[in-house]
Amino acid sequence: MMNYIWIAIIFFSVITSVFNGTANELSKGIITSGNTAVDLCFSLLGTFCLWNGLMNIAEKSGLSKTCSKLFTPILCRLFKGLNKNSEAILPICLNITSNLLGLSNTATPIGIEAIKKLSKENIGKSTPSNNMVLFVVMNSAALRLIPTTVATIRANHESTNPLEILTPSIITSICALIVGITMTKILERFFKHE
Amino acid sequence: MSNISAYILPIFILIIIGFGVYKKIDVFGTFIDGAKKGFDVFLSILPSLTALFLAVQMLKSSQGIEIITKILTPVADLLKIPAETLPMCILSPISGGGSLSVYESIIGEYGPDSYIGRVASVMMGSTETTFYAIAVYYGAVGIKKIRHTAICSLCADFTSFILAGIIVRLFFYK
Repeated sequence: MMNYIWIAIIFFSVITSVFNGTANELSKGIITSGNTAVDLCFSLLGTFCLWNGLMNIAEKSGLSKTCSKLFTPILCRLFKGLNKNSEAILPICLNITSNLLGLSNTATPIGIEAIKKLSKENIGKSTPSNNMVLFVVMNSAALRLIPTTVATIRANHESTNPLEILTPSIITSICALIVGITMTKILERFFKHE
Repeated sequence: MSNISAYILPIFILIIIGFGVYKKIDVFGTFIDGAKKGFDVFLSILPSLTALFLAVQMLKSSQGIEIITKILTPVADLLKIPAETLPMCILSPISGGGSLSVYESIIGEYGPDSYIGRVASVMMGSTETTFYAIAVYYGAVGIKKIRHTAICSLCADFTSFILAGIIVRLFFYK
């Protein structure tokens, strides 16, 4: 899937740049794209270390297990077949909380911890488990209670009420999230987990 | 509300470290041991992000977005998605920074309290960068075949784009 999308975008870009006469811009874009990836990764490196460290404390102290016992009954409704003592529960909860509060720079490193733990229960498979797919879909349709970035930009452009879009945004995200989760549950039967 | 956001990180950290102290483990040493693995995460997601950014950057700099916009305008009209927001919709699953700068220019041009400004705001506030999430999370665990992930995520994005206009009309213009 990613393979085809990637190839399609690259071929499409080269062909359009020939017709648009944007070969120079395209070359520049290709050269800078690698640096953009490295810059972004570097800017996240500190938070990766931070959350790896904190999660290590949570595991060694047993906080992870305590959290699993607490939240398994709720999360098991969504994440079917999740191990009761799964170490993934704590990072999943923290990831959901940070997403809700719009802390995307925190949600990502914690989410990586969560998917690593989920993948521990997926050993010997080359495709993601149903739970891993669900987790990524939930993150890409992230529900935010406060769209901070949007509100800031609106305020900068002298909106009379920057936060007036809050309720419509939440309603829209909830619907999108429901569609995402439902589609995941329906389609998981048709895509083999191998 | 924004106060809760400011307190949540300190609270997370306080709980995690507090529990470690309560269980009498070597909190500092354990943190250092774990933090070492941060670099592994860095190394594992860099390849997939490089691939993603190459495709995104090529699409943007070849002005391919403009062509896709032209092709999709009739579809957007049919679904009552304002054509002005279309470039943002196309960019938003692949590039967070890209769609944000289009969003800013929409707000600058039409004003934050206009119909288009409001629809764009709701779209921006209710979507995340789908392919970035896929690249980062699956990159971190080394998965290349992603089953139905992209389809489901894109369906969720698509729902946001269609609903944004409908809900803004219901909310502000009825």
